[in-house]
Amino acid sequence: MAAAPKTLYDKIWDAHVVHQAEDGTCLLYIDRHLVHEVTSPQAFEGLRLSGRKVRAPEKTIAVPDHNVPTTPGRETHIDNEESRIQVEALDRNARDFGIHYYPVSDIRQGIVHIVGPEQGWTLPGMTVVCGDSHTATHGAFGALAHGIGTSEVEHVLATQTLIQKKSKNMKVEITGSLKPGVTAKDITLSVIGATGTAGGNGHVIEYCGQAIRELSMEGRMTVCNMAIEGGARAGLIAPDETTFAYIMGRPHAPKGALWEAAMAWWRTLYSDEGAHFDKVVTLRGEDIAPVVTWGTSPEDVLPITGVVPDPESFTGGKVEAARRSLDYMGLKPGMRLQDIEIDTVFIGSCTNGRIEDLRAAAAVLKGRRKKEGLRAMVVPGSGLVRKQAEDEGLAQIFIDAGFEWRLAGCSMCLAMNPDQLSPGERCAATSNRNFEGRQGRGGRTHLMSPAMAAAAAVTGRLTDIRTFA
Amino acid sequence: MTPFTTLTGIAAPMPLVNIDTDMIIPKQFLKTIKRSGLGRNLFDEMRYTPDGAEIPDFVLNQPAWRKAEILVAGDNFGCGSSREHAPWALLDFGIRCVISTSFADIFYNNCFKNGILPVVLPQDAVDVLMDDARKGANARITVDLGAQTVTSSDGRTFHFDVDPFKKHCLMNGLDDIALTLEKAAAIDSFEKKAAAARPWV
Repeated sequence: MAAAPKTLYDKIWDAHVVHQAEDGTCLLYIDRHLVHEVTSPQAFEGLRLSGRKVRAPEKTIAVPDHNVPTTPGRETHIDNEESRIQVEALDRNARDFGIHYYPVSDIRQGIVHIVGPEQGWTLPGMTVVCGDSHTATHGAFGALAHGIGTSEVEHVLATQTLIQKKSKNMKVEITGSLKPGVTAKDITLSVIGATGTAGGNGHVIEYCGQAIRELSMEGRMTVCNMAIEGGARAGLIAPDETTFAYIMGRPHAPKGALWEAAMAWWRTLYSDEGAHFDKVVTLRGEDIAPVVTWGTSPEDVLPITGVVPDPESFTGGKVEAARRSLDYMGLKPGMRLQDIEIDTVFIGSCTNGRIEDLRAAAAVLKGRRKKEGLRAMVVPGSGLVRKQAEDEGLAQIFIDAGFEWRLAGCSMCLAMNPDQLSPGERCAATSNRNFEGRQGRGGRTHLMSPAMAAAAAVTGRLTDIRTFA
Repeated sequence: MTPFTTLTGIAAPMPLVNIDTDMIIPKQFLKTIKRSGLGRNLFDEMRYTPDGAEIPDFVLNQPAWRKAEILVAGDNFGCGSSREHAPWALLDFGIRCVISTSFADIFYNNCFKNGILPVVLPQDAVDVLMDDARKGANARITVDLGAQTVTSSDGRTFHFDVDPFKKHCLMNGLDDIALTLEKAAAIDSFEKKAAAARPWV
């Protein structure tokens, strides 16, 4: 009898089960553990207090990103004392426990979810965890990747495993092709708009369909990155030639005979015909428009041609939540989204801080300038992205357009470093969360694609990239 | 970890849906390298004005709920980041149980690592408990993890589901890492097998 058809998630899961208890609780082996300075100090402290070691330091990679300033001089001095202490703690922990480390002085430093794939640490079929919810990003390679809390960080450091119960399978299919001006960011926001921020709760999403296949690796990472905003444990995309071409030759990717052996397995990593999905969502690629968020939840998504909704048009608890959102955002029902004026533009983050994102924004800004009085910044996702953008002439385009050209880090996506919004300031952001206070207390965030954020910088208001000329 | 068995206490009503981890503990408080002391800044931006004064309308600033040990919250509580600072802040404030129709996955797991019980109940049960919580210090809700029940102040009892292993660990205050290390031989043998099957990892 043939084996039952499996999903991609089933296959990766099955390959990593160390032990399964009768009630289904599994001990799952972890192939890669990424570590940053904010969610790890208490975990390393726990190891020290209990006299435990890092079980697999060669599979553990650390980089400071959340807290670091994005202005020059940070290699030698960080003004904010608490931030400095956290970064120093990571320096010390990486050294003491013998794990791979990219300090701020290293050109390879950057946002952990950009550094991992860039260095070839993230490979298809792996299990990847990090004390950060946007670990979902690595799912773009067909790796099972998800965020964990600090107690679990300690657990993985000590045991290289996690105690897990299997999630359900969810398929999100994007059929057909995207129209001009529509990007991976618009796909992922539109999916969340359609399913809600709890739509993926308890599931691992596999994204598939022609529009997904047609995305670059950068685009696929953008899509999987925001699986968490849709409530899913992880997002996955089956590896294909695009994936293999991206990985080949990266510093920690397999070479020679190992590459051939890896490819033989990687080519089996797809959902079998007839595999069971507990939930299926299908969107037509042609129907997806450039979108922006209007509220304080990533599910508050509308096409840029839309108007601010009336809270009364929702049901249940969302009515009050939408009322609160509009009050916080300083918006009125019926306002055209394209009439919303902004003060700040932020291009960067683990969602949209890769080279393709900077190219898309630079293409819009070439030969143009940001609106007078508006603050605009580009924060590349890694030192290597930054260098590549400089080599390609993109940095000069941003500088000529009046943007600040920063060093790599998480920056204004979560505003733990000095890059923050002031109360009431309104930002066109390429990041992933528009929560109250996310980019600074009282700050107002509209999420969108890099091209849309660049266009907004020029006009000073939310702008439809399709009609921007 | 402090075991959780039963709890009878004041419940604070927070009917807002999608209460995210940035609301529970804003990022400026994630710069600590300790787990303790975050309770003061629980719900900081909802609880205090920018100059640090209490916002009187906020539920945990009202006399009836200042000593709340239970939260009854709207759908999808704890969505957003993986920060364990969220349960640390709740615990440090004195919250040992959160009741909602749904929780974000990572937050839900993080609670169990810190002696906090997240309880999922259907909407109609949450509605009853929310009304009960609105009565403040006059209404005490009882949560019994062994029996898997929540009982309102007027004696209405609701049964909830919880993963048996998570329940066992929480009721006994067990350290996951010590439990897993008992399986060290299985991890060793998995690593050998995996290294042969996938030598490039």
